[in-house]
Amino acid sequence: MTSPGDVVAPPQADRSSVKRALARVGRGARRVAEALATPLLPEDFIDLVDPLRSGADLRGRVVAVTPETPTATTILIRPGRGWRGHRPGQYTRIGVDVDGVRHWRAYSITSPVGAETISITVRAIPDGRVSNHVRHGLRPGAVLMLDQATGDFVLPDPAPDRVLFLTAGSGITPVMGMLRNDPLPRDVVVVHSAPTSGDMLFRRDLTALAAQGRISLVTRFTATDGILPVTALDGVVPDWRDRDVWVCGPTGLLDDAEAHWAAAGLSGRLHTERFRPRIHAVGDGGEVTFTGAGVTVAADAATTLLAAGEDAGVLMPSGCRMGICFNCVLPLTDGSVRDLRTGEVTTANPEDPVLVQTCVSAAAGPCHLRV
Amino acid sequence: MTASATRTNRITTTRPEARAEVSASGKRNPIAHLTPEDIEDIGRELDAIRDEVLASRGAADAAYIRRMIRTQRSLELASRVVLLFSKFPPAFVVGTTGLTVAKIIENTEIGHNILHGQWDWMRDEKIHSSTWEWDFASPAEQWKKSHNVEHHTYTNVVGMDNDLGYNILRVDPDQEWKLHHVFQPVTNFFTALFFEYGIAAYDLDVKGFKDGTKDKDVFMADLKKVLKKLRAQMGKDYVVHPLLSGPSALSTLLANAIANTARNVWTHSVIFCGHFPDGVETFETESIEGETRGEWYVRQMLGSANISGSRFMHVMTGNLSHQIEHHLFPDLPSNRYAQIAPRVRALMERYGLRYVTGPLPKQVGSAWAKVFRHSLPNKRPGHSQLGDVVAAARDAVTDVLDSTRGMWRRDRRSLAAAPA
Ligand SMILES: Cc1cc2nc3c(=O)[nH]c(=O)nc-3n(C[C@H](O)[C@H](O)[C@H](O)COP(=O)(O)OP(=O)(O)OC[C@H]3O[C@@H](n4cnc5c(N)ncnc54)[C@H](O)[C@@H]3O)c2cc1C
Ligand code: FES
Repeated sequence: MTSPGDVVAPPQADRSSVKRALARVGRGARRVAEALATPLLPEDFIDLVDPLRSGADLRGRVVAVTPETPTATTILIRPGRGWRGHRPGQYTRIGVDVDGVRHWRAYSITSPVGAETISITVRAIPDGRVSNHVRHGLRPGAVLMLDQATGDFVLPDPAPDRVLFLTAGSGITPVMGMLRNDPLPRDVVVVHSAPTSGDMLFRRDLTALAAQGRISLVTRFTATDGILPVTALDGVVPDWRDRDVWVCGPTGLLDDAEAHWAAAGLSGRLHTERFRPRIHAVGDGGEVTFTGAGVTVAADAATTLLAAGEDAGVLMPSGCRMGICFNCVLPLTDGSVRDLRTGEVTTANPEDPVLVQTCVSAAAGPCHLRV
Repeated sequence: MTASATRTNRITTTRPEARAEVSASGKRNPIAHLTPEDIEDIGRELDAIRDEVLASRGAADAAYIRRMIRTQRSLELASRVVLLFSKFPPAFVVGTTGLTVAKIIENTEIGHNILHGQWDWMRDEKIHSSTWEWDFASPAEQWKKSHNVEHHTYTNVVGMDNDLGYNILRVDPDQEWKLHHVFQPVTNFFTALFFEYGIAAYDLDVKGFKDGTKDKDVFMADLKKVLKKLRAQMGKDYVVHPLLSGPSALSTLLANAIANTARNVWTHSVIFCGHFPDGVETFETESIEGETRGEWYVRQMLGSANISGSRFMHVMTGNLSHQIEHHLFPDLPSNRYAQIAPRVRALMERYGLRYVTGPLPKQVGSAWAKVFRHSLPNKRPGHSQLGDVVAAARDAVTDVLDSTRGMWRRDRRSLAAAPA
């Protein structure tokens, strides 16, 4: 018998044994469900009714598709219940089926944290498979595959007082994701370039923020004014040396910024986000064999091992597709591959396999990868 | 292969220099009228058909397989729910029928074709040959190896293609007759009833293990996987689902047994119709050495037979009713076979090749007739077939006696010595 006093504070042991018993019941139920569904999983049947529930593979339902500019489109997505949220500036990956083929691409999250939906803003690039599909092929109600948010293009906590965002084109997306959250750093300068005012993303949001005095906005329309060289920053943001800077945009801008800040001895203050790898070297190409999948394909020097495998229907692991996340790493068990960013050739043999990033490597002669 | 080099049976080779106009038992060579150029032209035409399908593969095809999977799972789920009340005869009938259809489609239009890699191009990790597992005794991985590699490479090559067991069945007059062939109608009947287990045994290569051609460790590892899968499969159909049905347990168990057996007989019949009806050719091992692409295509066309029927029929057979098209292009999505079939047929007819097809009952009948016909030795002038069988049986008995005589004597001696 327990005295009333005991009831107020039930012994720790009891509570945890109840929890353990419940867990055991849960596990037992799961085992029965598995036995009922084998060789499928119970999820395969539940997915028929509720593809967005928690515990399911992460998916998202398209809520709205809104054109931003003639080439850019914002997609509003309600993530499944397994979504763990994001930090401003991070990106997520979406998996969409274009002509029946699943493609995964990374997109910066442009919506504020804590909302029920997230948004991404995609600029269509010529011949781009996914970036063109989202505008014309995605309809509200469509379900797409989703990945948890990731990326370290974020403001530190606490945020620095004085910040410079240097962006061009669709590179504004992760910055917009940061600017839509409160509070902002005390002193924010945004230097943004776009071809014309009509092409400029988030024009209304940015000018509104500037009107409220929350940011200082410098815009540059490159079709009329030409590209703003980083060396000309002194004229625009004279105190750029005193600011932590986040840069996102085309490869040229990022390369120039890296050189500029390095020359000033300020690389430590520079944060960059690249949307595509910097390709320096192409080599020879060759026959790529995906052992395990039993597939061999000829790949030219500019085709990444990742793309070669995907095009042959091999299930390739992937992530950012540009050499930062290491999700795509596979063992090279034979032959040589070239790192497209550096031109460096890696050679392996079956006794001494080497892990390579398939998204930024191409065949340099015949090679074998184990999937 | 020394075994096949000494084999006296036919058959067709696509290599002109190795071609006999007429086989040992008097069968005409079906491609005697084709030149090597014709054969390569056929290859080019078929390649063009394949490229066309590849170029137009897209969202509609992806939607097809996803719809098929959704329908199948919904049907299975619904049938299982109905079977919870299988004590009531209408529920039993409806549930059993639904479950049978669901199980058949799961194996044929879905499982078989996904495991062929027909849907790998979608890059959906849930519908991919490397991740799919099916409701079948043989684990996907083992089946893929024996089926995709051996059966599809060596289609109807006597001695190489184990798919339905040329080792067991004699289906061609040029195949050597052995006494055990007398029993093949019975063997074949039981193979049909327990088809999935027979296939699992083939995939395991039990015969290879007994003959010593399959490594013991590999065999044991594979066997473990099969047993594990069998346990899960049997547990599901014969323990868990019946138990879940409570008072309907026994009838649910029966429903599962019926569904599994019906599926066995159905898939056996479909596959049996794919390579055995009248008019389908078989080949000898030498004929495939150094085979060109064109020759390979011709062998696939001549070694396969179609089944004609409704769309539902085609789905139920996993489009193996388009066996000819499937053997030409095993990795094209199955929903496209019907579309290219008229062109393949026209091409074959243009080149004077027989496009073997017919309704299911006719094809099954034709294949079974062969099994009966060739269970007896070929008719020889002046001999009765029965006489030949009796002679062979007598020889076999004499052989057994001869080889065991020593043992008998020793036994008798030791028996005689014992009381002393
Ligand atoms: C971390 C990260 C965040 C990203 N965030 C965004 C975002 O917020 N908004 C957005 O629009 N995109 C973003 N991207 C780029 C996006 O992931 C895709 O690369 C882009 O949409 C192109 O995909 P696609 O399928 O249309 O083109 P593909 O079919 O893959 O490529 C077609 C052609 O375009 C070239 N190409 C590929 N990427 C680019 C590019 N970025 N610019 C110019 N040419 C290219 C290819 O080399 C190829 O020749 C981000 C990328 C990364 C890595
Ligand atoms: S996919 Fe991210 S590093 Fe290759």
